[in-house]
Amino acid sequence: MIKTVAELNTLREQVLQTIALRDAEKLASVKCDYKRNVLVCGGTGCTSSNSLKIVEALKREIAANGIENEVKVVTTGCFGLCALGPIMIVYPEGSFYSMVNVDDIPEIVKEHFVNGNVVTRLLYDETVGEGGKIKSLNETDFYRKQIRVALRNCGVIDPEDINEYVARDGYQALAKCLTELTPDQVIQIVSDSGLRGRGGGGFPTGRKWALCAPNKADQKYVVCNADEGDPGAFMDRSVLEGDPHCLIEAMAIAGYAVGATQGYVYVRAEYPIAVTRLQKAIESARENGLLGKNIFGTGFDFDMDIRLGAGAFVCGEETALMTSIEGNRGEPRPRPPFPAVKGLFGKPTVENNVETFANVPQIILKGAEWFASMGTPTAKGTKVFALGGKIKHTGLVEIPMGTTLREIVEEIGGGVPNGKSFKAAQAGGPSGGCIPASLIDTPVDYDNLTAVGCMIGSGGLIVMDEDTCMVDMAKFFLEFTVDESCGKCTPCRVGIKRLLEILDKITQGKGTLEDIDRMEELCNYIKANSLCGLGQTAPNPVLSTLRFFRDEYVAHVVDKKCPAGVCKSLLNFVIDKDKCIGCGMCAKNCPADAISRTDYIAPGHKLASFEINTEKCIKCGACLDSCKKIKAISKK
Amino acid sequence: MQKKISNHPFNGTPEQAAKLEAVINANKHDKSLLMAVMQEAQGIYGYLPYEVQKMIADGMDVPIEKVFGVSTFYAQFSLTPKGEYNISICLGTACYVKGAGIIFDKFAEKLGIGADECTADGKFSLTACRCIGACGLAPVLTVNEEVYGRLTGADVDTILAKYQ
Repeated sequence: MIKTVAELNTLREQVLQTIALRDAEKLASVKCDYKRNVLVCGGTGCTSSNSLKIVEALKREIAANGIENEVKVVTTGCFGLCALGPIMIVYPEGSFYSMVNVDDIPEIVKEHFVNGNVVTRLLYDETVGEGGKIKSLNETDFYRKQIRVALRNCGVIDPEDINEYVARDGYQALAKCLTELTPDQVIQIVSDSGLRGRGGGGFPTGRKWALCAPNKADQKYVVCNADEGDPGAFMDRSVLEGDPHCLIEAMAIAGYAVGATQGYVYVRAEYPIAVTRLQKAIESARENGLLGKNIFGTGFDFDMDIRLGAGAFVCGEETALMTSIEGNRGEPRPRPPFPAVKGLFGKPTVENNVETFANVPQIILKGAEWFASMGTPTAKGTKVFALGGKIKHTGLVEIPMGTTLREIVEEIGGGVPNGKSFKAAQAGGPSGGCIPASLIDTPVDYDNLTAVGCMIGSGGLIVMDEDTCMVDMAKFFLEFTVDESCGKCTPCRVGIKRLLEILDKITQGKGTLEDIDRMEELCNYIKANSLCGLGQTAPNPVLSTLRFFRDEYVAHVVDKKCPAGVCKSLLNFVIDKDKCIGCGMCAKNCPADAISRTDYIAPGHKLASFEINTEKCIKCGACLDSCKKIKAISKK
Repeated sequence: MQKKISNHPFNGTPEQAAKLEAVINANKHDKSLLMAVMQEAQGIYGYLPYEVQKMIADGMDVPIEKVFGVSTFYAQFSLTPKGEYNISICLGTACYVKGAGIIFDKFAEKLGIGADECTADGKFSLTACRCIGACGLAPVLTVNEEVYGRLTGADVDTILAKYQ
């Protein structure tokens, strides 16, 4: 039980040794309890590729070698480099083992932990320099440009151990607020830092708090939006999984600043690991007196609970989220009144998303100036991006605002794999748009992306190569928003449905040039008239692809061709009769009986070639898969 | 999105009813916990047939229309029973650009069922799910709790064979 700030500081000194191995600066002055720490990623990505079995195997082998007192195994949150999972790091060396296999564990334990020889063969190849010299992770392309603020503890501490968080200066920011700063000063620091909402809107956080603070009520609330619904964005999940105490601390700080005593975290039910870890963290914060009554003996009360979402994208919209916490269909409410005045259960409420909150403790500790020194004039600090799609290093990166898309994709992300070329990056999910290759040097921040008809959104960045059809992509997002529209207002419910129908017509090859114009008109109408953010931004994927890839739409409509070869109705599968060796595998695999033998025998071949009856063909692509060696079948 | 509603006869057991009653009793003091109760109920029964929704409405003292309104609003609530093995394919953007749509179609074709449907023998059901956040492994699917990543078309048969 921590009753005073002095007790928190005592605890920090006591537990510093548990994490000192992972921090070169502290290592010099602190005596450690172990010789080595092995950190295994227990985030969703690595867990899905069996990292928990690696933890078991490590513990088993370490016990078998009798070195339990020398090596400590820690399950951490996400390291970010999900493409190389499962991942583990060994400290103090900082050896980065990637794509670890359970079968490699005995060798790593014996050679590395017992004999002291790093198993270079199994290291991430970018950390191995010339002559087998091991480079630090911070020297690799993926990590070099990263500055970790929101993710500072992810992949460094055991999220289920409050002591490790305390050792990394955890709860110091809350202590500082409660004992040294007035609520107004806290809000001033957050305002001065220039922190803006990381969930999509980009509203200044300090101003949001300042709007709520003066409102008098018997109860106020702090709500954390952890309903991370943008497909391809998973930074909030990583914070919840890797550093849940950081969120608890930040919400308590927000509670102090605006005068709220109760917090709610609304988490997607699709994130089971995150929910469990956050639940454990809340319980251990309560046990330690860091949540509850009279925190640090200052008379400040704050407690919080988790509410689970149930799979509705619209609940990421702040008013819909509150309606959902109240136990209703998650439909948005018109604003004003704004949540700061009349929010959850009709009381003044501050709502921020996970990543926004995760920045707050560091801002309080290091000061507004430090935070404002990073980024661009209108967007301060760092932003976490989730890189996905056709890119070598899929994963999470945290970089200063204003880093160019080229740096993100080519340097940090390692470029587009398989020798394909970069076509566009999609940012902001179903509410965002795409940034074409011609604008790859755009510095990424709120205003620059808005200027090109895109948005930073929650930070999902999906890279597309030449094989992606932009019309199909727009259709994909529209299908998503049509599915997720709550149905409350007509422009969204009916408008985007009609939009999808037109897009569908175009991908079927039945569109006209007038359809394109009609779509544009409809898009602008929906944007202007929808009730909430979902409808107001739903046309963005269409408008953005129309702006940069109009020629692709025209190709679908006028030439009846899909240049990327994606839209099935516009494709024909053909067999090159001179390449075909007549093996018949394609005909055997064809589910539609559309392939038959001709009487043409190509020069040098023994068997007659096959041909595809395009009338019968259902364009499933089974023949293409069956002819991978000969490559006689192609899409045209 | 319109929900598919099952016409399978409801066959809940007294044990399940007792569990649900305990959940309701623990939460009925606060009507805002309706969703939490429904989530637990789905955990107990596997889905939310009309009979279960009626029990929740009576127990929580809210109109059945409200329970039905909530159950049909959120994607996670299922009004149809799931198969013994529920194949849930991620159709998030990162998976989609890596061909998850094709994988989904292959499963649908092999099993002869569409999204949110269950095979006649009750063995498999198919779900198109939202991003599960394992984008590094795209395309990804789960069979019950088991995760399969970096899928190709060829994996469809091997995965089905494993559960036959």
